[in-house]
Order: sequence, then C-alpha cells, then structure tokens
Amino acid sequence: MRVQTRVRALIPALSAILIAVACGTGASSNAGTVHIVAVWSGQEQASFMAVLKPFEDQTGIKVQYESTRDEDAILRTRVSAGNPPDLAAAPSPQLLTQFAQQGKVKPLNNAVDMGALQSSTSQGWIKLGEPLADGKLYQIFSWAAVKGLIWYDPKNFSAKGYQVPKTWDDLMALQTQIKSSGTPPWCIAVASGGAADGWPASDWLKEIVLSQAGPDVYDKWVAGKQTWTSPEIKSAFQTFGTILGPNDSNVYGGKNTILATQFGDVGTPMFANPPKCYMLNQASFITTFFTSAVPSLQAGTDFTFFPLPDINTQFTGAHVVAGDSWSMFKDTPQAEKLIQYLTTAQAQDIWVKRGGKLAVNKNVSLDDYPDPLSKLSAQILVNTQIAKYDATDNMPTDMRNAAWKALLQYISNQGNLDSILANLDKVQQSAYASA
Amino acid sequence: MDFSILLQDIPTLLVVIIGVPAILAAYIVGGEYLVRRLPDKNRPQVRPWIWVGPALILVAAYLLLPAFGTIIQSFENNEGVPVGFANYASQFADFPSGGAWVAIRNNIIFWLIFYTLFALAFGLVLAVLFDRVRYESFVKSLIFMPMAISSVALGLIWDFMYQYQPPGAVQTGLLNAITTFFHHDPVVWLQDQWPSEHFNLLNNLALIGAATWGITGFAMVILSAALKGIPGELLEAARVDGAGELTVFRRVIFPLMMPTIVVVGTTLVIFALKAFDVVYVMTGGNYNTDVLAFRMYEQLYTAGNNGRASAVAVILLIAVIPVLIFNLRQFRAVEARR
Repeated sequence: MRVQTRVRALIPALSAILIAVACGTGASSNAGTVHIVAVWSGQEQASFMAVLKPFEDQTGIKVQYESTRDEDAILRTRVSAGNPPDLAAAPSPQLLTQFAQQGKVKPLNNAVDMGALQSSTSQGWIKLGEPLADGKLYQIFSWAAVKGLIWYDPKNFSAKGYQVPKTWDDLMALQTQIKSSGTPPWCIAVASGGAADGWPASDWLKEIVLSQAGPDVYDKWVAGKQTWTSPEIKSAFQTFGTILGPNDSNVYGGKNTILATQFGDVGTPMFANPPKCYMLNQASFITTFFTSAVPSLQAGTDFTFFPLPDINTQFTGAHVVAGDSWSMFKDTPQAEKLIQYLTTAQAQDIWVKRGGKLAVNKNVSLDDYPDPLSKLSAQILVNTQIAKYDATDNMPTDMRNAAWKALLQYISNQGNLDSILANLDKVQQSAYASA
Repeated sequence: MDFSILLQDIPTLLVVIIGVPAILAAYIVGGEYLVRRLPDKNRPQVRPWIWVGPALILVAAYLLLPAFGTIIQSFENNEGVPVGFANYASQFADFPSGGAWVAIRNNIIFWLIFYTLFALAFGLVLAVLFDRVRYESFVKSLIFMPMAISSVALGLIWDFMYQYQPPGAVQTGLLNAITTFFHHDPVVWLQDQWPSEHFNLLNNLALIGAATWGITGFAMVILSAALKGIPGELLEAARVDGAGELTVFRRVIFPLMMPTIVVVGTTLVIFALKAFDVVYVMTGGNYNTDVLAFRMYEQLYTAGNNGRASAVAVILLIAVIPVLIFNLRQFRAVEARR
C-alpha cells in the first residue's frame, strides 16, 4: 500500500521533469546551434570567440566550439562514428580532402556566395579549396600565415653592425660573421607536444625546396612524384644542414636545445641580454608567442623580420603560405550561414585587428593590421609571385608525420641523411597508395 | 554558463536511469517465470544461462565480435580487399629498426621488465617498511595519490620534471637542477638515446620512471593488504626460533606473499604491454620510444590505415595472451588453496 502511494507520487514529479525538459530544449533551439571543431586554444581561442560574437548576436545562432590539438584523431573518430561536427577548421587541409574523397563533407558552392567569394579572394585560394578538381568547392580559407620569415631584434643587429641580408650569399656571410663573434647565429626549436614534434623544422625544408628547386619540383614533391632521395630534395636537406652547421653548432644550445624546446619558446633566448642567438625562422603567427613570453616587447622596435632571401634567383619571390581551411560536414542552414559569414571581410577583420592572423579576403584593409609588422607580412602575402601552400600539410598524414620524424633524426645526426631519405621513400610508396 | 546542452541530454539520461534497470528487472522476472514452468529436473540446466545471459551478450557484442572483426580486418586493406599477410609483413619488415620492431622491443623488453620490476620492488619495499611505522596510513595515502591523477596530467607533470635548458642557463626542470648542482651537464631526458641509437635505454627509462611513479601505489596497497593477512603467530614463532628480521622476510613473509606478488606482477605486465598515455603525452613515440598501443593509434588515426592498425592490435593481443592464461591459472590456484 505504502509503496504504491510513493509510486503514485513519483508520476507527477517525473512528468514535471519531462515538461521542463521539453520546454527547456524548445527555448534554446530557437535559432539552432552550430558545432565546430578546430585547434585554437588560449589566446587564439579568445580571438576566434570575438569573431563569432557578432554572428551570434545578429542571428541568435549558438556556436558550440570544441578545441583540440589532436584534430586528426578527433575528426576521424567522429566522422566514422557518424557524429561529425557541423564545421571544422583544419591547419592541414589534407585530412579534409580525404573526407571530400570519401564524400563525408558537403560541397560549399551553394552554401557560400560564390560571386562574392571570387571577387574578394584570390583565385589561388579558391583553387586550393577544390582539391578534387571536380568543379566543387570543398574548403574555404579564412585566415592565412606567411612562412619563411626570419625574425631578428633590430637593436641587436645595429649594436653589432650587422646588415639585413639581401641575398642568400649575404645570409651565409652574416651567419659566419655572427658565429665568429662567439654567439651562434640561429635559434631553432622543434618540440610541439608529442605527435607534432618536428614540424617547425619542416618549415625550413619547404622554404628551401621551393626557393632552391622551384615550384615544379615542389608540386611534384607534394604529390608524391618526387622521391626524397632525388638530388633536389637531398640537396634541400643539405642546405638546411648549412644553416644548422656541423653538429648543429650554428644553433643556440645545439641539438639538445633544438629538440627539447617548445616551438613557442624559440624566441626567448634571442631577447635575452646579451642575446644567445640573433635570428630565427618562423611564420607570421609567432609574434603572439613573443609577446606572451616577454610582455614588454614592442613589434618593430624589439623584433622585426626579413623574408628568407631567394636561394636560386630563377625563382625570385617564392613563398610558402599556410591557412585555416574550413569544411562543412552537415549542411544545416545554421552551418551554411556561419561558413558564409567566415568568408566575409567583416568576420576576418575581427581577428586581423586582434593580431596573429592575415586575412584571405582582399577587402580587409591593410590599415586594419594592428602593427607595422603584420601589415608588412600582409603585403608580402598580397605581393608574393610564387605562392605555394605548405607542402607537408598537403601530404598524406603519415607522409607528413614521417617527414617531421625524419627532420628530428636529421637534427640528431646529420650523418644519417642517406638512410633517413631512403626510409622516407618507403613511406612515400605506401602513403600515397593508401590515401 | 550555458546549461542547455545538459537539458538536451535529459531524455537520454532518463532512459538510462529508468529504462535500463526496468528492462533488466523485466528480463529477470520473466526469465524466472519461464524457468518455473519447466519440469523440475531441467531447471538447474536452464537457470544459470538465464542469469549469465545478459553478461554473455554484452561480452559477445562489445568484446568478442570486435576482436574477430579486428582479426579479419588485419588481413584486409582499407577497401576491405583481402591482402593476406601484407599488413603483418609491413610490421615485421626491416629488423631491427623498421616496421613495428622498435615498438615491440620497447614493449616486450623495456616496459615489461623495468616497469613491472620497478613497480613490484618499490611496492613491496614500501609495503614492508610502512608496516612498521606509526604514520603508516598517512605515507601510504601519499604514495597512492598519483593513482588518482589522470595519466595525461601525470605525463605533463613529468614533462616539467624532465625539462631541459642549455648548460649555463637556469634549469627549470627538477631533475636537471639536481644534475647541474653536481656539476654535470644537464641531460635531455626524453630525447637522449644513451647508450646508443640502437639500444636507447635512457629516454625509455625516463618514460617508464614516470609511469612507475603512477602505479607504485597500486602495487603497494595490494601487497600491503597481503602482508597484513600473514598471521602474527608465524612471525613470532620464527623470531622465537632465533631468526633475524631479514631471514623472517626472506623465509616467512616473502613465500607467504608469493601468490599475491605473482598476481600483482602479471597485472603489471598487462599494464606494461598496453602502455600508451605516457608515451603519447611525453614523446609522441619519437626518438625510438614508440610502443605498440601508440603505434596502433598512429596507424589508425594519423595514417588512417585500418588494416595495419588491426595487425598491430593482433600482435598486441598475441603478446598478452600467455600472460592472461598464466594470470587466470594463478587466480584459480589461489582460489583452490582457500
């Protein structure tokens, strides 16, 4: 008897909960939500949230953002489980291209205003978004970074009377001059938290391949049609070796420091007093890391850059660029609205003003860049004569990871180059076959 | 704070909290009802199956079927076309540095031996020593504490412990602060392949050391419980007969604890074989610190190669099976003695 009355008391309570649930979900799904997966965290995440704010305010659509540094694994798992996010931004478009090949992502031709996109974005970026060459747009690019920028502290340079090198020979001469004064010329740091270790060194390699062997070799190399043991790629490794110096002696701390230092901390020794090194190579985004490590630093007076000089003058003005590419997994109206918004100058401008990113949309005014340096790199992006997308990021994932590992091995022991390259050839054979 | 995501999941939650027990209850009541209808002599044959049924179905659905699926997949390429032993061949190619050999060596030699031995030895010594102090429960909870830390946090903590700065700079890692205090050059613990690239003990030991820190508490607590189970009269009798403390440990305590030590040891061996998180967080398998579980993860998620990932999984499975059999036998032997 007693039990029964309790059960009876439960029924209205449960129905109350159910009603509350129904109302609760009803209220929050008015305008809908968009689920996004991307790699930005910390400072970068704050900037991305600022980009989303006006979109959420105007449309009432809620954006649920998930940040991960292991994006390949997260996306693969969620896609094969049939539970992908609505949109994903990837620093490595190769993964998104694989999803396009498998038919897992939606073409964007109807989601974005193609006319507006074509007038506001250079043809190169749109072409990169059509990796299957079937006339369908699978990826759009929102922000970009220029690679191959050599950062230095102008105060250190003028104190020692060093000149900014105009040619590759100048750079080699400067390197020798700095080294003979007793300080290693370079700072290099390649750690990136486990699986991605080694990628900062691949920036060197890509720049050198493009500038030394030219865009044709570069394209064949990305496509897996240029073996790693070929003279062009081997000599690119050797050129990187002349930067590292015998036993990595051109670099502050030698191989131990290169391998054990996080890429974001690469600049800290350069800003020490006296400086522990004079130059470092990193993409335009590195300024965020400079100022978060040493907040007193001022762009322009404390750090500035020169583009890596052309190695082979036949390929003058060649630069490696990289960007954040977006793909759409579910064509909900909310996701389509958001991806359209991300192509606009309005959206891209917000992050540009906050620093660290260059806009792909040409309508973002150069005056909106927060400091003269980012303005300068934006100009380089606009004026680059031979723009090539980041090579390793466009290779199949296991080729990319093998290349990163190979660079770690090369830095550890330059004498093993031949066996390292032979091993990369093996990976190349299977990586492109399975992709 | 936006809680709407929680509200959306409440219907699912209700189904789980109310629905699942309801179905189970209905199954048991219904099963018993049917069994009662049976003739008396058949009841004992049918009833156990009714009761273990749900567990069997769950094990079959979530363990056996995927295991068979994995084995089949290990003989196929990504399109599901049979390729014979090609996936295994790629894992066993180029001894000793190619394929999965480095991972196999690290798992089967370094992790299995050092991780198991360290955890057992420290666990045993600590259990025996702490048994004799007044503040036993306090120090034991200290040693046990790392068990409560997630292994990712553990990896990050030890990343800080192993941090490296060039000679002359201020060392930010505790271990290198100590090494430089003794006028030795700082060591890149996670990258240094001492004594050679083909037998890189140092960085593997650095990883194993971090993992041991996390598991010693587990070994200690179980061994300590076994120690408390040894009757005091036995120890007293040995002491009265003139045995010193070391002899008591060697001749009385150790043999009596042996069954527990073996069970803890084999459990640790299984832990060693499935090592993953510390490697993933601290080195990403670079510098010859790969292990099988991480290699499987890489083949599956970064390379997207299901066949090869399955082949690695099967290799791991085969490596674990002898230990599993031994462990089961040991369990039964212990049970039989009771």
